[in-house]
Amino acid sequence: MNEVIVITSGKGGVGKTTTSANIGTSLAMDGHSVVLVDADIGLRNLDVIMGLENRIVYDIIDVIEGNCRLKQALIKDKQYPNLFLLPAAQTRDKDAISPDQMQKLCNSLRNDFEYIIIDCPAGIEQGFKNAIAGADKAIVVTTPEVSAVRDADRIIGLLEAHDLRNPKLILNRVRVDMVKRGDMMSIEDVTEILAIDIIGVVPDDESIVISSNCGEPAVKDEKSRAGQAFRNISKRICGEDISFINLEENATFFNKIKKMFK
Amino acid sequence: MDFSSFFSRKAPSTKDTAKDRLKLVLIHDRANCSTQVLEMLKTDIIKVISNYMDIDEDELDMQITQTSSEDSNKTVPVLYANIPIKSIRKLQK
Repeated sequence: MNEVIVITSGKGGVGKTTTSANIGTSLAMDGHSVVLVDADIGLRNLDVIMGLENRIVYDIIDVIEGNCRLKQALIKDKQYPNLFLLPAAQTRDKDAISPDQMQKLCNSLRNDFEYIIIDCPAGIEQGFKNAIAGADKAIVVTTPEVSAVRDADRIIGLLEAHDLRNPKLILNRVRVDMVKRGDMMSIEDVTEILAIDIIGVVPDDESIVISSNCGEPAVKDEKSRAGQAFRNISKRICGEDISFINLEENATFFNKIKKMFK
Repeated sequence: MDFSSFFSRKAPSTKDTAKDRLKLVLIHDRANCSTQVLEMLKTDIIKVISNYMDIDEDELDMQITQTSSEDSNKTVPVLYANIPIKSIRKLQK
C-alpha cells in the first residue's frame, strides 16, 4: 500500500525540511522506495539538506507544465538508489501550481514509490493547500514553544477540515535539562494541549546542524541521537511498534551523581 | 525532596506559564471568536436583557474562558458573563 505523507507545521523553522529529509532517508535505508517532494516553491531547501543541490536540472513546475517527463526531474540520491528527490522551483511562487495538479502528481508518483514524502511550506495559504492536496496522511512537526504549539493547533484544525484525519505529532528540539527544570513543556504537556497521537520525540541535537552543513541527513550517522529518533519514527510509520528512546541515555557523570541523591 | 531543588529557591516554573497562556489562546483560536465578535455578542445580549430588566452596562463583564468539565477531568471552554442588574422593575410591568 503506497502512501503519500505530508510533513507540515504552520510555523516556519521548526524542522519540517529536516524531518522530511531524515524520515525519507531512513525509510530508504530500510529498503523502501521513497520520493521526497519539495513543495516549498520559491524557497527550496530540501535539495541542500539532502546534498543534491548540484544535480538539479528540472523541477516540480517543469513536470507540471509539461516541460519534461516526471522521471527526468527526479534526482537519485548519492547513496541510496531507491531514494529520489523532486525539487521545488526556486524562481516561481506558490501560485504556479494548483491543488488539482498536485493531486495528479502524487497519484502518478504513487505508481512507482512506496512512500511519497511531501515537505510542506510554512504558513496556511496556497502553498499549504497545494502540499496537502494529494496526501493520505499528515505529520505535524512542532517544538515545545508557545508559538509553535499554537500554530500546530491551527494546522491540525485545517488538516481535519481538509479530511486529513488523525494527523500524527513529532515534537522536535526537546531539551531534557530544560524540561526537568520546568522551563520547557514536556511531551505530556504538548500532547495534552494538542490532543493528537505522538509518533516521535526528537532531542535538540548539534548533529542536526552538522549534518545540514554537510548535506548528509543525521539518520546516516549511527551516533546521532536525533538521527536515532528519526530512524525510530520511520519504523513507526511502517507500522512497527518501537518504544520511545530514553532522552537521558547520554547522562553525564555529574547527572548520574545527582540522580543518586534523588 | 529533590536534591537540586533543596539548594535552589522554588520559583513557579515557566513551562506552567507557557501552558496556561497557550490554553487560553487556543480557546479563542478554536472558538474562532475574535474580540470583535465578542463585542457584537455583548451588544446583542444587552439588547435582549434590557427588554426585561435594567442592567449596568458599564459593569458588564463577558469573556471566553475555561472551566473543568463535570464528567471528566478535562477543561472545557465556557462563555462567562457577569451582568449586574440595576433594577428588575421592568419585570413587573
